[in-house]
Amino acid sequence: MVQQLGYLKETPSQTAGPYVHIGCTPNFCEITGVYENDLGISMVNDKTLGERITLRGRVFDGTGTPLRDALLEIWQADSKGLYNSPSELRGTADPNFTGWGRCPTDMETAEYRFETVKPGQVPFKDGRMMAPHVTVWIVARGINIGLQTRVYFDDEKEANDKDPILQRIEHRNRVPTLIAKRDGSSYVFDIYLQGDKETIFFDV
Amino acid sequence: MSNRKPETGAFFQRDRQWHPPAYTPEYKTSVVRSPQRALISFDNTLSEITGPVFGHSMLGELDADLIYNYAKPGESAIGQRIIVRGRVVDERGKGVAGALLEFWQANAGGRYRHKREGYLAALDPNFGGCGRTITDDDGYYRFRTVKPGAYPWPNGVNDWRPAHIHFSVFGHGFAQRLITQMYFEGDPMIWNCPIVKSIPDKAAIEQLIAALDMNNTIPMDARAYKFDIVLRGRRSTLFENRMEGN
Repeated sequence: MVQQLGYLKETPSQTAGPYVHIGCTPNFCEITGVYENDLGISMVNDKTLGERITLRGRVFDGTGTPLRDALLEIWQADSKGLYNSPSELRGTADPNFTGWGRCPTDMETAEYRFETVKPGQVPFKDGRMMAPHVTVWIVARGINIGLQTRVYFDDEKEANDKDPILQRIEHRNRVPTLIAKRDGSSYVFDIYLQGDKETIFFDV
Repeated sequence: MSNRKPETGAFFQRDRQWHPPAYTPEYKTSVVRSPQRALISFDNTLSEITGPVFGHSMLGELDADLIYNYAKPGESAIGQRIIVRGRVVDERGKGVAGALLEFWQANAGGRYRHKREGYLAALDPNFGGCGRTITDDDGYYRFRTVKPGAYPWPNGVNDWRPAHIHFSVFGHGFAQRLITQMYFEGDPMIWNCPIVKSIPDKAAIEQLIAALDMNNTIPMDARAYKFDIVLRGRRSTLFENRMEGN
């Protein structure tokens, strides 16, 4: 026998189910009067620094059907590359930018949409810069544990080419699944849960 | 968390054998919603180590009281009154202060207040089904609600969900983000449920079963269930030549 390490096991995940809106975006599903606003619906205000962008898209299952019951959350740095988090020790992020957003996919159009700013660059642990990116977390009925991916931007080719995460992806033909396409002031990022176009998901 | 130095270490590797896999065909919806390629693994960067935090000031007075937070003045939700309480800790056993918990559930008859829900059990006009709270400095939380009912769902011909409460949990880093479900001690439905059985290890399932806690019951008012939640732990970081975080 040796000493016990004493670590606990992480609580196992369970699906968010079809009624995730009740808990996370109650006003969206017409449960009004409990919370004033749904959390995470607004990331910016009129004082937020940086380039305003819209990030939008849909989430498709393995049959090509878009999910109308998914919930997405995003987490990103501000326009200068700082996170609005106590664990951010490099400086103070823009106080007018939350960095975190939450959006259910539309029950009719299946689209999600975030009004945010283009993030700045954040260093990798060895000091190299990562390309501007947004972390995305997806939950829904039928998803047993939240899926994590990243959105990069198609007009940041030079930074993307040097990005330490993108560089280490073995199958280069899958890298475009992580890159949003500019369309006016929007970036479109569709997510494929399964199939030939399956989006890269991360274990981080 | 006000008087504590923020931690900046990467999170321990997630034990994906402990969690349910993505593809669990007995839970049919997972079949076309499960990625089939291997996840790409990398150690946390600042994008995963950091995460949003929420202040107690965002909470309304009744946010943690589902019996009253949707009820008309002078009325209350129908059902068995219960307190759910517990502690959010990380894998090192350290309390997680300031963790936002959001919860949602069916009413006492097993009916959700949602336009996509068609179960014939009645809605309770005084029950919305959502609540939230933030853990205290030691990681403890509590809320009051009614015990949810079991309900049938379209999967097998005759599949029923055990009584459960959904939890969404934020820690301090975005890589700790977790959604799970709490079940109730003694419910025989737990062991028949395809969603529960998506978790391969019996001990992991038991980690989701709240224990009846008579010592925290409020006499003549509400029984109590204890549900502790464990989030991923962090490695120590070398910062200014000193170990921090433990």
